[in-house]
Amino acid sequence: MTVLTTSKPLTDFSSDPMLPTWAEIVKIEQEAPGVKTYWLKFTDPKIQKEFSFKPGQFNLLSVPGYGEAAISISSDPNNKETIGHTIRLAGNVTQAIDRLGVGGILGLRGPFGSSWPIKDLKGKDIYIAAGGIGLPPLRPVIYHIIENRADYGKVILIYGARTPDDLQFTVEYDEWEKADIELMVCVDSCDDTWTGLVGVVPMLFYSLRINPKKGALLTCGPEIMIHFAAFEAIARRVPRERIFVSLEKNMKCGFGSCGHCQLGPYFVCKDGPVFSYEQIGTYLEVEDF
Amino acid sequence: MPKKSPGIGSTIVILKPQLDTILTTINNLDYQVEGPQIKDFSVVLGPIHSLADLPKGYQSQEEPGKYTLTSNGKENYFDVTSGSHTWKKYFFPPKSQLMVFQQENGDSSDWITKSAEEETPRYALIGARPCDLAGIQIQDKIFLEGERCDPIYKGRRGNSLLIIANCTEPCDTCFCTSMGTGPKAKDGFDLALTELNDHFLIEIGSDAGQKALADIEWESASGYYIKEGDLAIEKAVNKIKSTLQEPERLAIELLENLEHPHWDDVAARCLSCGSCTLVCPTCFCWDSTDKTLLPGTTIIRERSWDSCFNPDYSYVAHGNTRPNTRARYRQWLTHKFASWYEQNGTAGCVGCGRCITWCPAEINHLDEIAAIREGEPS
Repeated sequence: MTVLTTSKPLTDFSSDPMLPTWAEIVKIEQEAPGVKTYWLKFTDPKIQKEFSFKPGQFNLLSVPGYGEAAISISSDPNNKETIGHTIRLAGNVTQAIDRLGVGGILGLRGPFGSSWPIKDLKGKDIYIAAGGIGLPPLRPVIYHIIENRADYGKVILIYGARTPDDLQFTVEYDEWEKADIELMVCVDSCDDTWTGLVGVVPMLFYSLRINPKKGALLTCGPEIMIHFAAFEAIARRVPRERIFVSLEKNMKCGFGSCGHCQLGPYFVCKDGPVFSYEQIGTYLEVEDF
Repeated sequence: MPKKSPGIGSTIVILKPQLDTILTTINNLDYQVEGPQIKDFSVVLGPIHSLADLPKGYQSQEEPGKYTLTSNGKENYFDVTSGSHTWKKYFFPPKSQLMVFQQENGDSSDWITKSAEEETPRYALIGARPCDLAGIQIQDKIFLEGERCDPIYKGRRGNSLLIIANCTEPCDTCFCTSMGTGPKAKDGFDLALTELNDHFLIEIGSDAGQKALADIEWESASGYYIKEGDLAIEKAVNKIKSTLQEPERLAIELLENLEHPHWDDVAARCLSCGSCTLVCPTCFCWDSTDKTLLPGTTIIRERSWDSCFNPDYSYVAHGNTRPNTRARYRQWLTHKFASWYEQNGTAGCVGCGRCITWCPAEINHLDEIAAIREGEPS
């Protein structure tokens, strides 16, 4: 069973793998309606200094009394000061995190899981396809590319949201474009003030001319979008081993013990969340598997 | 007079009442002895103080959806097959405390965290079957191997003493011979008993097992007794009628048939109740929930058994990723008989037959597997 690279979790597994480390919310940024970025700093400066992660990895954030939620890290891995988590307020735990506010203390375990193999894709054309809350786990990749722009060929971000208001990280788009990242942004529905594209992410592939020898797809978003984005890439002869997806599953432990996140032989929390389509395509294509 | 202790790997023979002495010795070694007993007309696992607590003279009959106890008039202690309880409850408890959060001075930003359980019980398990032992060995892989070892399981398992009873009276739902787990235990036990008419043959598997024999009168097992034991096991092998041909081939066969129409057929009968996962000796899935005690300054993070048949099991923010019984049954069966091989190198099934016996819808999973194997999907 091939597994994409992981980095060693901070949590000390020689003692108790379930014990969280405490971190403070130092800043909250509203990204879109119901979506905010929570910037965390460990209460112990030594841990903050030692903490490192790879693009695509996630943490388990917890609020005592409410439980834990798996949240991908949306900040720059080179930012050693704070750790960003962009969260859609959807459930019990995420809403409890929001109620803590700036200055609130929450528990953190991580980082867990595999990462986008961005360093192995040097010299390739990078196509990033994200839908809705699928963009935050890909933002660290964008930062990595900006910092190492010469390592990559064409870089195109294909991003879709429900409405123009739901687009995340809009203040950064200029900077991304300045770094020679082409942005293709679409929305499902809008009013007259929107002059951009209307449609869904896989449709934007129709206008792409992907070089099968160089193209690589990194995608995260609703499962149906992932499915069709991969389909469009495969139709353009991008090999399955150069298509990468990040999956969302129910994850309680982070180390393949609790069983919830299984997909065939894989535990998405430790063997994923980032997989190559070569690894999991056959399982993704099975309804409700 | 007690002689020099028998060596590890050797087999001795004792008269049945001597087992009581072993129980006393184990008790004195500070073990809590647990084993099969009859309660409310069914076999459960609970504290054993003496031989009298064991289900002597009873035998069990099992078939899909049915478990019956009958008196067989024999003087045997271990003629009943496994009931609905599994031994995993001693190492991987149905509910356990993962940690306690305590608020200092009522300040919600100052949590004191206490880890797992403070006192680890010492269990001596008597009467577990070879298939049950195989189940424990599978859970050892899940909870002990790899970089992240489970502290609760590790503590309890490390303290344990396993006295296995080889199977001489298997039931109709047993298929340990297909899974290679029984009816005789191969390794991994402290002591293994084979029950004869008036004697027990005891195979010594470990140092701890040897210590449990310190106070008994014993003889080295002569060829006669060894042969008696072999005959009893051979009789058991011949009695096992349920079979699963070439289980290792299922690793490919099931995963290649994820859209087989038979999944719909079984889903129409399955109640999605999760009984099969509760009685399974290898099922390891768990959930964690926070329990807040009044007045709200102490919070217990609790672990409890979960089941892939539970609707919440596959729930994520965008909905349920396994929204129907077909998806849940398929996950359960393919995990047990297919994906488990890639995860752990063995099947996730030991052939104990509990999932068949305790299925209220009388689903015989071996028949379901056969149906999926029979025809390729159209």
